[in-house]
Amino acid sequence: MTIIEAFGLTKTYKSKSGPVHALAGLDLTVPRGTVKAILGPNGAGKTTVVKILTTLIRPDTGTAVVDGINVLEDPKAVRSIIGVSGQYAAVDENLTGFENLEMVGRLYHLGGAASRRRAQELIDLFELTAAGNRPVKGFSGGMRRRIDLAGALVFNPKILFLDEPTTGLDPRSRIALWGVINKLVDNGTTVLLTTQYLEEADQLADSIAVIDYGKVIAEGTSDELKAQIGGHRVVIALVDAADAPAAREVLARYGAGEPQVSSDGRGLDVAVTDGPPALQHVLADLRTAGIELHDAGMRRPTLDDVFLKLTGHKADMAAGENEDDKMEKVK
Amino acid sequence: MTATATRPAPAPPTWNPLSLWYSDGWTTTKRNLIKIKRTPDMLVFAVIQPIMFVLLFSQVYAGAIAVQGTDYVQFLMAGIFAQTVVFGSTFSGSAMAQDLKDGIIDRFRSLPMSSSAVLVGRTNGDLVLNTISMIIMMATGFLVGWRVNSSMGEFFAGLGLLLLFSYAFSWVMALLGMSVRSPEVINNASFIILFPITFISNAFVPIETLPDPLRVFAELNPVSALVQAARELFGNEGSAPVPDVWTLQNPVLTVLIGVVVLLVVFVPLCIRKFASISSR
Repeated sequence: MTIIEAFGLTKTYKSKSGPVHALAGLDLTVPRGTVKAILGPNGAGKTTVVKILTTLIRPDTGTAVVDGINVLEDPKAVRSIIGVSGQYAAVDENLTGFENLEMVGRLYHLGGAASRRRAQELIDLFELTAAGNRPVKGFSGGMRRRIDLAGALVFNPKILFLDEPTTGLDPRSRIALWGVINKLVDNGTTVLLTTQYLEEADQLADSIAVIDYGKVIAEGTSDELKAQIGGHRVVIALVDAADAPAAREVLARYGAGEPQVSSDGRGLDVAVTDGPPALQHVLADLRTAGIELHDAGMRRPTLDDVFLKLTGHKADMAAGENEDDKMEKVK
Repeated sequence: MTATATRPAPAPPTWNPLSLWYSDGWTTTKRNLIKIKRTPDMLVFAVIQPIMFVLLFSQVYAGAIAVQGTDYVQFLMAGIFAQTVVFGSTFSGSAMAQDLKDGIIDRFRSLPMSSSAVLVGRTNGDLVLNTISMIIMMATGFLVGWRVNSSMGEFFAGLGLLLLFSYAFSWVMALLGMSVRSPEVINNASFIILFPITFISNAFVPIETLPDPLRVFAELNPVSALVQAARELFGNEGSAPVPDVWTLQNPVLTVLIGVVVLLVVFVPLCIRKFASISSR
């Protein structure tokens, strides 16, 4: 059963350099009780989708329904069943971690006693005990982030929206947050998260929507997306970078596409339709050509490969113009 | 962070809309009161600035500016009170702009709270800050020789009128704060508006001493009506005739009408604006 349904969402922002089409006809469905990841580079429109579904902004055209409620017609009803953690930690600097969470609880109308109890539970859950009674002002970026995430969980929401939830978290906190999200899903919460981290989408999501320039360009499980770009890749590492052109020629002979060469010139890989025989051929030819190897093998394609194939650019190098804003906001 | 199960939160009790509004407004007001407590620089600004103005004007200009029928300190205080409450309301503007920049507006807007609560809490916070400023100023004024020459009732009516005006003006500044790109803009922009409207008035000098174009502006300036009302209610007016303008002949009524008009216009505008703002 579908809990989030969006059709034909468009949103254009005005900017000094002309209109920016943040969304260009985006469709999205999320089945109840699942985790959906929206994967895309900066500027692809991820945050705009989340803001529309969480009632913060209105699309120019299109419709969005969340748990049977029309987002555009009854935003308040939507707000009472969702939890949101935006891209930037939305916390009050002057309040302590505890006070921030208590305030959110009161504004969900849990009442004073329940709000305080819940705030304390979340402080413990997110290991913020030491910082719970100090104003957020003095917190590190990662701690603010955790307070903000806790804020999204004050009221056990039906649907949890997380916009790049692990940006700015250290690896340990990131894995811990994944644990929290998995537990919520086990209890029936639906999660929509955006991420630039392919590994994160792979780890958490039942289904992934890849978006670029405001449109979904591919959708499916991690395995389905990987299957779209063919089976295995043959990967080799050269002892001497000078052998790269010759090695590239060998790979091209057995590969299903253009071989990729790493920036240091010593790592090469290519997609192949039939993995093991292709690897055997490549190794035999390299040996005949007298090219020495550090390493050689096969691997399944990663979502990085998927992204490159689908969009023609790498996930982490696209639309860099938003980076500056981000640095400023994160402080 | 441990991955223990999050216990289901209790179901929200059913509230009626009025108690919801009251509760949300109180929650956000408390937030702003904590802010006043924890940002000493803001409190210092709100306290030191009025003291400085009282001392500067009363000591520097008292000898140079003659007021018919009373001394300058008596004349001055109502002007400084009015100036302070007008300037004090800029906190609402810069605080809204700051909240927008920090992203906490997005948090509030995604909660099922009353749509006016953030603004109510904001303007209430300003009211508290302005009340503190006012008490400090009155004490300072008393030290330099200011006296209230009216009844207790009139004194509190004057105080109430000043605070009421500042509250209504906070909503104007809040709208401005939600409309600009950064908190710095609001500080600069508000001074461009606030300096002329407080200085081209009867706040610091008798209005009849101004050159013609400025005198006309000053006579119609709502700040002049506020100052005149406070002066009359505190019993500090001199013996010079009040300019024959309806707003200055009926200053208390003028201020009350002005407050109602500001609130009727700007409260709905603010609430509407709030429903469409989001960080970045």
